[in-house]
Amino acid sequence: MWAYKLNIPSHWRLLSERYRLIGGYCEDCGHKMFPKQKICPKCRSERIKTIQLPKKGKVLTYTIVQTPPRGFEYYTPYVLAIIELEDGTKIFSQLTDIEPLDVQEGLEVEMTIRKIRVSGESGAIAYAYKFRPCST
Amino acid sequence: MQKPVIAGVGFTKITAHWKYSLKDLAAEAALKALDDAGNSEIDAIVIGNMMSGIINGQENLGSLVAESIGLSGVPGVKVEAACASGAAAVMWAGLSVLSGVFDSVLAVGVEKMTDVTDNEDVSSALATAADYDYEVFFGATFPSLNALVMRSYAKTYKLSPEDFGYLPILMHKNAVDVAHAQLRFPIDMNGYLNSPIISDPLKLFDCAPIGDGAAALVITRRDVAKNSDHLVEIAGFGSATDILATYRRDDFTRLRAAELATKRALSMAELESKDFDIVQIHDAFSVIGYLNLEALGVVEKGKAHEFIASGDAERSGALPVNPEGGLKARGHPVGATGIYQIAELALQLSGRAASSQVEDAKVGVAMNVGGTGSNVIVHVLRRVE
Repeated sequence: MWAYKLNIPSHWRLLSERYRLIGGYCEDCGHKMFPKQKICPKCRSERIKTIQLPKKGKVLTYTIVQTPPRGFEYYTPYVLAIIELEDGTKIFSQLTDIEPLDVQEGLEVEMTIRKIRVSGESGAIAYAYKFRPCST
Repeated sequence: MQKPVIAGVGFTKITAHWKYSLKDLAAEAALKALDDAGNSEIDAIVIGNMMSGIINGQENLGSLVAESIGLSGVPGVKVEAACASGAAAVMWAGLSVLSGVFDSVLAVGVEKMTDVTDNEDVSSALATAADYDYEVFFGATFPSLNALVMRSYAKTYKLSPEDFGYLPILMHKNAVDVAHAQLRFPIDMNGYLNSPIISDPLKLFDCAPIGDGAAALVITRRDVAKNSDHLVEIAGFGSATDILATYRRDDFTRLRAAELATKRALSMAELESKDFDIVQIHDAFSVIGYLNLEALGVVEKGKAHEFIASGDAERSGALPVNPEGGLKARGHPVGATGIYQIAELALQLSGRAASSQVEDAKVGVAMNVGGTGSNVIVHVLRRVE
């Protein structure tokens, strides 16, 4: 079953997003997006600039996963959330460093880098963003 | 413009068919549909399926299914639109008949899910309907993405946990006497509320089961149909996509593609939402069932649970919903589901639905939803007088 194996070329292509939270900004309508798209989803402009997205935001909605897909058994139960960053851009991420039952809508969170998945038993390890409660 | 008609209907029981393969199930449904249509000539076949490559290691289903029913030689392709693959096959069959290129097309939906026996692997296969790079990579499952929608919907419209139970309870009640249904037992509110959490707040009894099944339709024109006593017209169809990942949408509690697809289907049929006599919704998860009813324009935003609780959606109610038990209890063999919906609707409108028959239905609608609402196909069917 390939679906739980890490796809190394696609991970490598996405490193600037997954390590640094690089997104896009439409120079015509001002829409900010994650990921950066070739065409603005709001105004269809092609003038999209690469920008650094803010690393802090708040939880809009969340779920506590009890039935994981292959490769995530170790983390279960874990929290998945839709987060609105400080500039309004939305992102989907796992939450970490928090008890699942302590999560609520509006929780202020910040980006950190954590291990997400491993390719097979001895393959490459993929790191990427997760979000944790703000330290300040 | 002469609208396409459904001349033949066939399907298998939905269950864990350990003894039968994907090919066996597709052939059984296809041969039943051909028989029902009076064995008319078939010019092409379209297969609706989502996961045969991942789960069964088999693609090229057009060729596989054609051979299994002795039709090698006809054009045959698979179409895929995640959980809406079944309706996608019907839509492309309908389009090719409308075009005049083909007279009769066989649409077959099939999914053989139990060839993998670990839930983690089925879960990974289903998750391919979501956005791999930005959702699934991070541990998203299909239920977990719908759980995000459910929490958002519950907060926006102030729904209690009980409010989500009305739909699965009705679906189980409806499926009890339906021969092809997978879960033919009733559940009550206590059982619903105490079912295990899959992805909080989503419970096991919010989710459609995993099962195997196939369903088929012969789609043709009225002037070439052999059995004219039970024809049902495809009065309209509509389809739309939405942004693939839920998190990138402006409103998590609205299915924009479902609204667009409904509008397009109604426009082609020259009908309105108030003309529906019977409704087939895609209740893969309770909250998605509610969002379907809103998008179809038959309930107000946030009021779907009240409509179900009122009894109006029962078989004998003002607007019956999923009289065969829907995805929750009839079952959800993914790529076949859209064809089960349309097949059940066709039987209802031609008075052949047996134990689940509702009274005096002339117009019906079926909504088939792919992904977390990212690909939606709606068919409006009308009784041929």
